[in-house]
Amino acid sequence: MVGKRLATIVSAGLSKFGRREGLYGRELFAEAAKEAYERCPNLIPKKDIKALFVGHMGESYEHQGHTGPTLADWAGLLPVQATRIENACASSGVALRLGTSAVFSGMYDIVMVGGVEKMTHRTTSDVTEFLAMASDFPFEQWHGITFPGLYALMATAHMHRYGTTEEQMAMVAVKNHHNGALNPKAHMQKEVTLEKAMSSRVIAWPLKLYDCSLITDGASCLILTKPELAKKFTDTPVHIIGSGQASDAIGLYEREDITTLKAGKLAGQEAYNKAKVKPQDVNVAEVHDCFTIAEIIAYEDLGFCKPGKGGSLVEEGATKIGGKIPVNTSGGLKSKGHPVGATGVGQAYEIYLQLTGQAEKRQVEGAEIGLSHNVGGSGATATVHIYRRG
Amino acid sequence: MAEKYPFTIEQFYKFVSERKLMAAKCKKCGTMLLPPRPMCTKCFSSDLEWVELKNKGKLLTYTVIHVSSKQFESLIPYAVGIVKLGDGPKLPGMIQDVEPEKISVGMSLEVDFDTTIPSEWPTWPRYFFKPS
Repeated sequence: MVGKRLATIVSAGLSKFGRREGLYGRELFAEAAKEAYERCPNLIPKKDIKALFVGHMGESYEHQGHTGPTLADWAGLLPVQATRIENACASSGVALRLGTSAVFSGMYDIVMVGGVEKMTHRTTSDVTEFLAMASDFPFEQWHGITFPGLYALMATAHMHRYGTTEEQMAMVAVKNHHNGALNPKAHMQKEVTLEKAMSSRVIAWPLKLYDCSLITDGASCLILTKPELAKKFTDTPVHIIGSGQASDAIGLYEREDITTLKAGKLAGQEAYNKAKVKPQDVNVAEVHDCFTIAEIIAYEDLGFCKPGKGGSLVEEGATKIGGKIPVNTSGGLKSKGHPVGATGVGQAYEIYLQLTGQAEKRQVEGAEIGLSHNVGGSGATATVHIYRRG
Repeated sequence: MAEKYPFTIEQFYKFVSERKLMAAKCKKCGTMLLPPRPMCTKCFSSDLEWVELKNKGKLLTYTVIHVSSKQFESLIPYAVGIVKLGDGPKLPGMIQDVEPEKISVGMSLEVDFDTTIPSEWPTWPRYFFKPS
């Protein structure tokens, strides 16, 4: 018997991810909201939705803070309470958890959760600087450690301890690009060969260009209701049955073991316990592949394989569509793209499509239980959610 | 006797400008606090002291940065790593005076200092590592 329903997804929207020139973040959010409203004709947004929780990482990109009410306005939801959440790249995973809590507590019957980031109009060095703000300033940024640099430090340690190879990391990129090529909303809908991934330029050794997720513009949203109300809005509800979140030291150097993300592991355990499911019950998962090594570590932290075996798991093909546990069917952050504030709910959007049979060419047949795993910074925040087809 | 130096990051970098790497230590439970903190996060005591760290250590992991923020662009490619100082805490920093190809996990490094102080915030000097 699986766990109790905490809240139910009755609709979802996702802007096209990519280089969205000439558009502002709030306009992308309106695009996502519009899709969610169109999927749910019985919903009267202004009357029914009572709160908005949105993830947004950085004011620097658009010189715009105070995103909560701004997005509520563009989604046509004024004057509902609107709160912007910043937990780096886990901002909207946390928004999803807070929206779920708000419904589960009984405070609201219906809420919207979502996220947004507009990034591609800035130079790569600006984006590098803004993303690095999610890491420790006095000891990491001050000494020239970039965001890819932090994951490269984990990759070197993982390679040294477990023998994980650069080829295995590149295989994550090849798989996720294959999936992304099947996703009409992905930023880079293009297959990549192992040779091309391996020979791409170095960003932070051992990580190369194709080990890194994309700088992307995008927005995402979900409409959550009390489980008892879901039937009024949809015949294909998706229930959230598990939710977990944990924190760790912001400085990677302070952690005991950097071949794992302890917060990711703890968030996973909390979500599994709440949902009363085991890793082997999961039919489809979206994990935080901001860098290829992060997907390999996520397999291990979420119990899809033993510690140190993540490289072998991708090499065996277990995480492909059609494999034992398909991971990142959307293309992941790697190919679908990583508009940081939109990512957590963007992952939930893919699970929603999968569990309602709407994932088209990337459909995992018969998927009933899904999982999403969203990490902030180098792992100081992690959230995991578990979903069941209604 | 009360410590005359506050347990702050600012003070850590003041010590760096004197070519010293210092951490706070909890006098009650012995926990080393690096970054220094005004309160022990293990036992919550504020009875702390500054202790000088070993200036030699072993490299736990490293990377070579090829894409950086503007501030560091003139240095690329440059190596950074996490070093375990003696039997004490770990510290991240740049690895200098060595070709990136000659860096390896486990190698011995020592601390050195660039005591140049920027004119604007943060007015912190830098420590770095080099082969010992």
